[in-house]
Parts: sequence; structure tokens; C-alpha cells
Amino acid sequence: MKYLDEFGDVELAQRLLDDIRATVTRPWALMEVCGGQTHTIIRNGIDQLLPEGVEMIHGPGCPVCVTPLEMIDRALAIAEQPGVIFCSFGDMIRVPGSHDDLFAVKARGGDVRVVYSPLDAVKLARDNPDRQVVFFGVGFETTAPANAMTVKLAREQGIGNFSLLVSHVLVPPAIRAIMDSPTCRVQGFLAAGHVCTVMGMAQYGPLVQAYQVPIVVTGFEPLDVLEGIRRVLHQLEAGQARLDNAYPRAVAPQGNPVAQAVVAEVFTTCDRQWRGIGMIPQSGWRLSPAFADFDAEQRFEVAGIVTQESPVCRAGEVLQGLIKPHQCAAFGRACTPRSPLGAPMVSSEGACAAYHAFRRLDAPVAS
Amino acid sequence: MCLGVPGRVERVWDADGISMGEVDFGGVRKEVCLAYVPDVGVGAYVIVHVGFAITTLDEASALETLALFRSIGTLEAEFADPLAAADSPPPTPPLEATP
Ligand code: SF4
Repeated sequence: MKYLDEFGDVELAQRLLDDIRATVTRPWALMEVCGGQTHTIIRNGIDQLLPEGVEMIHGPGCPVCVTPLEMIDRALAIAEQPGVIFCSFGDMIRVPGSHDDLFAVKARGGDVRVVYSPLDAVKLARDNPDRQVVFFGVGFETTAPANAMTVKLAREQGIGNFSLLVSHVLVPPAIRAIMDSPTCRVQGFLAAGHVCTVMGMAQYGPLVQAYQVPIVVTGFEPLDVLEGIRRVLHQLEAGQARLDNAYPRAVAPQGNPVAQAVVAEVFTTCDRQWRGIGMIPQSGWRLSPAFADFDAEQRFEVAGIVTQESPVCRAGEVLQGLIKPHQCAAFGRACTPRSPLGAPMVSSEGACAAYHAFRRLDAPVAS
Repeated sequence: MCLGVPGRVERVWDADGISMGEVDFGGVRKEVCLAYVPDVGVGAYVIVHVGFAITTLDEASALETLALFRSIGTLEAEFADPLAAADSPPPTPPLEATP
């Protein structure tokens, strides 16, 4: 059992696995929504430790992967403009747009900076009053409170040269879209722990009811993921569908009300394109009208974006769990972390990058 | 980017009405916004995501997670120079299984 030593408590890991093996009587397909969980599953070989027939379908929960191509192209166009300091999280730097990535813009002389926290971007704006500082505000609900705070701060402190390019995505509408899809095979979900740390669990009860599907709020460490899987499987085998919390040390049922209040003040719900997946109604946040003056989309005129995806990249099918990364013909050949063709090969939370980093190099399936 | 890392609050101050703190992540110290965890003080453990504490955590869980993250290199990856990290993605392993 070569992987178990990275579980921290090997004995507990073994007990959870034994319980899973004793529970499962037939095949099941579970989806982990969050890319951080995908990373843990592949890194620790959890999918390979599960009983035959229990499949982990990797969900679309990698913000780097699902940020729409149009938005990446817009970011590139803004970053290229003279006088702009364009700030982003590190993972976005290598995400391919239609022709380019932020790294290439930087190499051509664009002022692209990677920040650890969006507050660093506000600080840059304060220190460079003669420049326009734009922060690329992507992410799920976990990241939204941080990005919302920057706009609030910029307003309170009168920092007029700061703006946010917002492309937030939300988990519950994505679960709904996955369950509504005619190709859906998912029978139970691991919900993303830190999304629920912020938002709480209230939005998931109606999904459990509507689709009669078990949803278990789950953390990111190997033992957390194993426990989440174990709880979903117990429900499935018992014919139940409940909302359960396997990550109570970091998730309170009501979430973080202080953070929710700031998000509600700064952002408003909108339809959102998901890269590789398509439009999901009411699945995103953008700046609310009250903060429109901090919206980089409005501040920077960017005309004539014509998006073009790589013709060989099958990220859409990967993100919808229809194929595994190594089934893409470009995987590990034309597409590697050093020269990614698609976004899932960029971030460590992307399924293609995880398969690549941990050598899930099973021969590509001949089509 | 979606990672949340636990750490111990070492110092707390007010920056223009915003609660800020210094948080120790197993040896690496970072300035963190504490506005979303209004009741924490020095000695509390918090989970930090992109420079913002999003919840508190008990000490034992925090230390366990930190030990795990240290042993598998997660802390180095999270706090590495971000541009250098973006510039040098992990090396490509050989494709042994390619037919
Ligand atoms: S391996 Fe590369 S080209 Fe293939 S689906 Fe993944 S990101 Fe796209």
C-alpha cells in the first residue's frame, strides 16, 4: 500500500478503507466538486484504493479552468494597455487565452504582477497613484470575500485608480447543471469544504431534495476526502440522500456571516459562461451596480474579442467528467504543464495537471 | 489558489479600521486580514485563504494539518515566490506508458 504513508494517520486511513470495502456492494460514481480534492485524490491514489467499480468523477471546481476564455482574452487586452499594472494570482499567469497568456504579455513588457493576496493589489494602487491597477478577481465563493473587501477598501480609502476584473463562479448552480445534464452519471457529491466555510450549507439542502442525491461537505486532506467518500457510499448503499458535514472543524452550518454580508454588498448574482462547459444560469457573481465604478470591464474599453479554443484540447469533456485527462490525445505530448494547451493543465487544481504531476500516464485510449 | 492554510495569530492591529494580523504558518509569517474573523486574538488558529482568515480552527487540527502540509511540500508551494513558481512549472515526467 505505497500511498498510505502520506495520509498522516495510516491506521485510520486503513480503517476507513476497510469500512468502505465492507460497505460497497455495487458500482457507484461520485463527484468531488473541488479541484483541491481532485489533487488530493490523484496525489494519494485514493481512486485506486477504492473498491473496484467505485469511480471518482472529477468536477469543474478549478476556478483557473472554468474562467471563460473571453474573460482571459479581456484580461490580456487590459494587461497590454500602457499605464496599467495588472495583478493576478499566480495560477492565472499561464492560462492560455485565444492567442497568448499573461506571461507572454509580461515578456513583451506588460506590467503583470503576481500577488499573494488581493490586498497587495490595493496597496500597489495606493503606491502608484499615476497608474491604473487592475486585479483579476477569479475564484469560487471561498475567494469572493477577499476580492469583495478590496473594492470596499478602495472606495473607503478613495483609491480611484484600482479596479477589479471579476469572474466569480458558484458551486450550487454548477451542481444543478451537472445533475440536469442528460449525460450525468453522478450519484453522490463531495461538496467543497472551504466554499461552505464561507457560505454555509443552506444552499445544498434543496439540491439534495430536488435530485435525491447525497451531498457530503468534505475537506481537502487525504483522510478528509476518504471520510467524505465513506459517508457518501454509506448513504448510497442505504438508499438515502442527505446533506452531511464531514468537515465540521472548519465548516459551521451557517458559514461565515461577516464574509457573506460583505459579498452580498459588493457582488450580485449573474449568468456566467464556464470555460469548456457553457453558460450556467445565475452561476456567477459580478460587481453590484453600487460598485460599478470599480469594474475593470467598464473602465477599459476592449473591443473585438474573438475567442478561439485550441482545436485539440478536450478540457470541456474533462471538466464534465466525460473523459479522464489521459484519454486526451494531447495529454503529456503536445500538452504539458510547461506548454499547456488547455487550462486544466495549468493549475495544480486542474485534473490534467494532477494526472500529469502524479504520473497517471496510462496509455491514451485509442479512439 | 483555493488552498486554505492554517496558522497561528501572532500579532493583531488596526489598519485604517480594518483588523489585520501577523499569522505564523509553521515558520513562515504573513500579514493577513482578520476582518472576517472579528473575535480572534493572539494565539488563535485560523484558516487563511489568499491573505484572508475565513474561519477559526482548534489548535490540534491546525497543527496536524500544518505537519501534513510540511511533509508533502504544500507550504513551500503556497509561499514560494509566485512569479518564479509560475515561470517554472514542474518538470515533465517521462511518458513511460506511451505505446
Ligand atoms: S491534456 Fe491538455 S489538451 Fe488535453 S484536455 Fe487536458 S488541458 Fe486540454
